[in-house]
Amino acid sequence: MSSRPILISNTRLVDPESGYDGRGALLVMDGRIAEVRKGEDAIEGPDGAQSIDARGAMLCPGLIDLRVKTGEPGAEPKETLKSAALAAAAGGVTSIVVQPDTDPVVDDPSVVDFILRRARDIGLVRVYAAGAATNGLAGEAMAEIGLMREAGCVYVTNADRPIMNSKVMRRVLAYAGGLGILVAHRPADPWLSAGAAATEGEFAGRMGLPPEPVAAETIMLERDLTLAGLTGARLMVDQISAAQPIERLATAKARGLNVIATASINHLTFNELDIGDYRTFCKLTPPLRAEDDRKALVEALIAGVVDIVVSAHAPAPPEEKRLPYDEAAPGSVGLQTLLPALLTLHHELRTPLTTLLRAVTLAPAEAIGVPAGRLKAGAPADLVICDIEAPILVDASRLISKSKNSAFDGRRLQGEIRTTLVDGRVVYDRQEGGGS
Amino acid sequence: MNPSVPGVDEIRSRAFPFPAKHFLSVTDLDPIQVGDLLALAEGFVALNRQKNKKLDLLKGRTLINLFFEASTRTQSSFELAGKRLGADVVNMSPRASSIVKGETLVDTAVTLNAMQPDILVVRHGSSGAASLLSQKVSCSVINAGDGQHEHPSQALLDALSMRRAFGHIDGLKVAICGDVLHSRVARSNVALLTLLGAHVRLVGPPTLMPAEVDRWGVEVHHDMKTGIAGVDVVMMLRLQLERMQGALVPSMREYFRFWGLDREKLARAAPGVRVMHPGPMNRGVEIDSDVADDLEVSLIQDQVEMGVAVRMAILASLAARLDNQ
Repeated sequence: MSSRPILISNTRLVDPESGYDGRGALLVMDGRIAEVRKGEDAIEGPDGAQSIDARGAMLCPGLIDLRVKTGEPGAEPKETLKSAALAAAAGGVTSIVVQPDTDPVVDDPSVVDFILRRARDIGLVRVYAAGAATNGLAGEAMAEIGLMREAGCVYVTNADRPIMNSKVMRRVLAYAGGLGILVAHRPADPWLSAGAAATEGEFAGRMGLPPEPVAAETIMLERDLTLAGLTGARLMVDQISAAQPIERLATAKARGLNVIATASINHLTFNELDIGDYRTFCKLTPPLRAEDDRKALVEALIAGVVDIVVSAHAPAPPEEKRLPYDEAAPGSVGLQTLLPALLTLHHELRTPLTTLLRAVTLAPAEAIGVPAGRLKAGAPADLVICDIEAPILVDASRLISKSKNSAFDGRRLQGEIRTTLVDGRVVYDRQEGGGS
Repeated sequence: MNPSVPGVDEIRSRAFPFPAKHFLSVTDLDPIQVGDLLALAEGFVALNRQKNKKLDLLKGRTLINLFFEASTRTQSSFELAGKRLGADVVNMSPRASSIVKGETLVDTAVTLNAMQPDILVVRHGSSGAASLLSQKVSCSVINAGDGQHEHPSQALLDALSMRRAFGHIDGLKVAICGDVLHSRVARSNVALLTLLGAHVRLVGPPTLMPAEVDRWGVEVHHDMKTGIAGVDVVMMLRLQLERMQGALVPSMREYFRFWGLDREKLARAAPGVRVMHPGPMNRGVEIDSDVADDLEVSLIQDQVEMGVAVRMAILASLAARLDNQ
């Protein structure tokens, strides 16, 4: 599939791999980056090339989001692979990894195959599958990890159902580690976090919400780190959220443990008080933490203790959200707000763009071993052009996802996606009003 | 006619328009407004002791009692309050009707709202449920208990009972004892009593205290003997028997031994101490019958009587607001 060459000129080129942030232009041919010209505004290309004048907007690698839930298969009214792909394209996200907690569960190579086939038919953004670590996510018997990898799954995880049995967790780590497969695990002690709707503290106490102590995360994290050390497996800590576990993670990393960690953009942006008068869009797992925890998370991201930022996209329709807080489903959609929210952090903190963007491009690419996420000749032309100064007001009802449960609803962000390319093809262009 | 009983016109003139469309939390009120509501309620106490207890302040208005959790006391209290003020009162227990068929709380509320009630009194097992309803309906919503969050009319009736017993609330030492963790009564009382200048202590085992409860502006005691030493009011909370299964306390007898109110522990309180309980009581678990039934110290019967009067005051005040619209 050969498409027309594209010349992108007058950009602020941001490439986390080389650390470059400055004027630049870029040539796309045959779905790949053919040439990157740093320090110049223009670049020459073959006759008949399409020309895009970025007018000073940022050009960076398309985002790679390692934690996306859709409702397909099994709960299509929430979100389909197609609606998620459209939302991703509109958010500058060019690769998504869908979670295995669907119906049926992705614990079998045929379900991996189904998802990848559907994604190829849709053809918008790259879709990868994460396989279940255990059959049915029950946390008991190991799933067919090797066969799923052969079918194309990029890591295994038990999604939102932490593996309580330490023996099972040890075996998953040992087995997957031996095959060179990344294991993701969300650290949460299921007993301490059972039924929780908010983080433990003064706010949850006053609001009468069943609390989860941060200790639930710390305890499970320490177990996982210990088992990762024991087995030598590569572990990805899924959505670390509080200061205390961050401290333990930093210590483990300093000792050289083979561990990486993700944080959700929600936990980098919001704290428990954003729940306000029982706003269920802010009900998340893990729950939103205290402001000190949020600050520690941002610092950990800047320091590289947290490697990767995810959207934790989790669609939930009104019948699951328009309920009393403790009965409402957790989760927030996030594909379209991931990049604007990250850019908002850049504006607030003056953190270099290369640092922040690394966590959504190069770092996740390295985690799952894909060649995207870089601006260099030969890399896939998965790109996003974004006006990083433009203010936007998030109106959840206008999001592309089938479910509109955005924790960012009504929030002002700074950064607007103009154009998204995947494989050198434009999959979203704001002027054309999106890919829908 | 007893001269201390205010006439209809006087009550009507005292019924100031409620400051908000809904009554969801005691934090909706300032101390002046609480004083006004309690003064209005005093009038209803006198009225309720007469043969003719009826007024027409809510004539033509419809009040729906929407109780997702069973409650004899609060529901009948609101029902009597509504009827004595002339409203048409309908009691709904959705537990027994469509809610079990998958209809959500909001669906139920929207359906009822279409029947044009004026006031919806709601009790629900989830914190924030009353607030959620208030956002989805056009009538006024009164929170009659939402999960472990608030029970504002209970706090007002407790305040009225204390004010009548002591003449003031400012400066009173009040110990709230027992299962604070799961208690909406405790949360509303802490908010209201501290607003009115009382010194509040919370007393109970650590497993029945919310995290960081020391930041509520109260004293926290785990030892009941020190907790109730010198207090003017001991307010006991109900220990839900199902909490025992959660292993929050080892056994009923151990709980009674350390946190149950008996004569021996009560002797440490200030002379003239009064005992309160929001009901229903677990005799022999959190309170000894000997104490509960002693009319010299117990305000428990008064609390029930004040409950109707306070709810009449809330309804009359909300109606005054509705009449002004």
